[in-house]
Amino acid sequence: MQYTLSILVENQAGVLSKISGLFSRRGFNIDSLAVGVTNTPNVSRITIVANGDEYVVEQLEKQLNKLIPVIKVKRLTEGEFISRELILIKVHCAAAKRAEIIKTAEIMQAKIVDVASSCVTVEYCECASRVNTLIDLLKPYGIREIVRTGTVAIDRGTASVSV
Amino acid sequence: MISGAEIMVKCLEAEGVSVVFGYPGATICPFYDKIYDSSMKDVLVRQEQNAAHAASGYARCSGRPGVCVATSGPGATNLITGIATAYMDSIPMVAITGQVRSDLLGRDVFQEADITGACEPFVKHSYLVSKTEDLPRIFKEAFHIASTGRQGPVLIDIPMDIQTNEIEEFVYPDSVNIIGYKPNTKGHAVQVKRAVEAIKKSKRPLIVSGGGVLSSGVKPKFQNFAIKTRIPVISTMMGIGVMPSDNELYLGMLGTHGKAVANRVLHEADLVIVCGARLGDRAVAAPDQMSNNTTVIHIDIDPAEIGKNVKTEIPIVGDMRNVLKMLAENIGDYTVPEQWQQTVNAWKKDLYKTPPVFDGFVEPRTLMSHLSAMFRSKAILVADVGQNQIWCANNFRIREGRFLTTGGMGTMGYSIPAAVGAKFARPDRDVIAVCGDGSFQMGMNELATIAGNNLNIKIIIMKNTRLGMVRELQDKNYGGRHSATILQGDPDFLGIARAYGIDCAQASSNDEAESIIKGIVNSDKPFILVCNVYPDTPSI
Repeated sequence: MQYTLSILVENQAGVLSKISGLFSRRGFNIDSLAVGVTNTPNVSRITIVANGDEYVVEQLEKQLNKLIPVIKVKRLTEGEFISRELILIKVHCAAAKRAEIIKTAEIMQAKIVDVASSCVTVEYCECASRVNTLIDLLKPYGIREIVRTGTVAIDRGTASVSV
Repeated sequence: MISGAEIMVKCLEAEGVSVVFGYPGATICPFYDKIYDSSMKDVLVRQEQNAAHAASGYARCSGRPGVCVATSGPGATNLITGIATAYMDSIPMVAITGQVRSDLLGRDVFQEADITGACEPFVKHSYLVSKTEDLPRIFKEAFHIASTGRQGPVLIDIPMDIQTNEIEEFVYPDSVNIIGYKPNTKGHAVQVKRAVEAIKKSKRPLIVSGGGVLSSGVKPKFQNFAIKTRIPVISTMMGIGVMPSDNELYLGMLGTHGKAVANRVLHEADLVIVCGARLGDRAVAAPDQMSNNTTVIHIDIDPAEIGKNVKTEIPIVGDMRNVLKMLAENIGDYTVPEQWQQTVNAWKKDLYKTPPVFDGFVEPRTLMSHLSAMFRSKAILVADVGQNQIWCANNFRIREGRFLTTGGMGTMGYSIPAAVGAKFARPDRDVIAVCGDGSFQMGMNELATIAGNNLNIKIIIMKNTRLGMVRELQDKNYGGRHSATILQGDPDFLGIARAYGIDCAQASSNDEAESIIKGIVNSDKPFILVCNVYPDTPSI
């Protein structure tokens, strides 16, 4: 089961290592982790996407809550949040294939942000599953490099995770 | 103007700390220099790990966080095992380490170690101080975090320049406000009502007491609750002493090394009230030890413990003190069904068996069962780790005193330094440390601390020239191949005691051992008794 955790933390030195250390120490795997400051000064928000059964997620939430700099932990409910990931893909691109790749990017609503003689760089910001679709579509041309930010997520509607 | 080191001392004084256990070094010298002028007692241990164990013994007997101090680098890394022990055993502790100058951090200078990084899995929280101004807030927070919620060790790592820098004035904060740390102590009223309903409905209820009952300081209230409701009690290793051993409701320690009676009652019970225990693998090794139909009520201050090891129907997060009060108020005049009381009473008769005696040796289980009566009723017994721990846990008859051991971490060498801490906390009480010849050799450097401070601690060494517990494991699971478990080169322990100026004797029978002990209980000096134990004596 894949789940998304939204964690508010105090902006202190070492907080990220405390959290990532907790995962590795207890044998839990992280699929992606994204961190950035929030609208409250000194509070950062960490979004973690990970895999595990119900027991693992529950333990994880409780163990995260025990860390002193952790202010709040929320498991986002499937289907009730919006998630996005930014990805930059450098694709091998002979001149003859350029139009084809541009067309694919257009269909997916991705942007071409850089062009060189033998490659193009595509920028895409979407939920993880659409990001994976784009990667699959571009694979046949030869992907040289991928950079992903990790997923960030926010509740739909009026629900929120705040201090 | 006031220096960081002076502030550290003032913070400790403001927290009511009267004794610190430690070992100095260059980077903690500014602090030691200021201790020199203070009313605080600094106890010089002989290895940093023992400073943490002593702080643990002190904390458990005083009910306040123990304080240990070490220098940077090896001093700090030596502390780790002691800190980890306190973490697993949920003991309130503040560990202070010196660190190299802030501007040298990360440059691998002499005696530099990333101790906050190294200790991360073993502390409740840690600080690497970056400004002298932050010291009062950090000390206030550290003592608060260590002593509230689920207690545990907090590490404060203080670079040397932070200790020597001066600031305008010292103001100790009145309160703390840590946004992410607000432990729930209250206990949920609805859950308590559900628990009481379940207890009233059950035919065979049982209480499992853990260390949490002792750390919340509610032993008398807990005993009242059990006695009033007549619910039988078993305990985890950390919970030993919650009930007097000879109370008719008490059926001993559970688990792989526990009493058969305790495990039997756990299996037969239809409702188990777990009080401040995490039920680790040594307590409930196989989930089928408990019947599938058993209703579990789990009371714990740490929500992460509930449902972690045992499936729980009624979770109650809160401090035992509050939850027990609520339970007592709600349960009214309830007492357990007559039939269950009779069953349990009948089993209680099987609790203690007389083990066979081997000529020319002390039978350690028999000695343990007689030991309590020879000392005053509030005696503190500190058991080390190994067979000696099990002999003590299962046979020492606690009256009004304490049983200290490391049930969580199981750190060999704990008993002697922890006894030092216990004695500093309770100089008025008899303090006895029991260890094996293996564990004694891990803690014996503290004989100097005992001798130097003339601490009235009685040490009993169970000498079987074996690492008995591992030897037993090898006999059971490894075809009796005693790999590295025969203690060759054991020293003359009496000679060692004499070298430290500590009185000593040895015994080769229980009569001899008991007559020696009777002769020394009233002395105010330390004593070491070496008991020759038959090498194949089993743990249980």
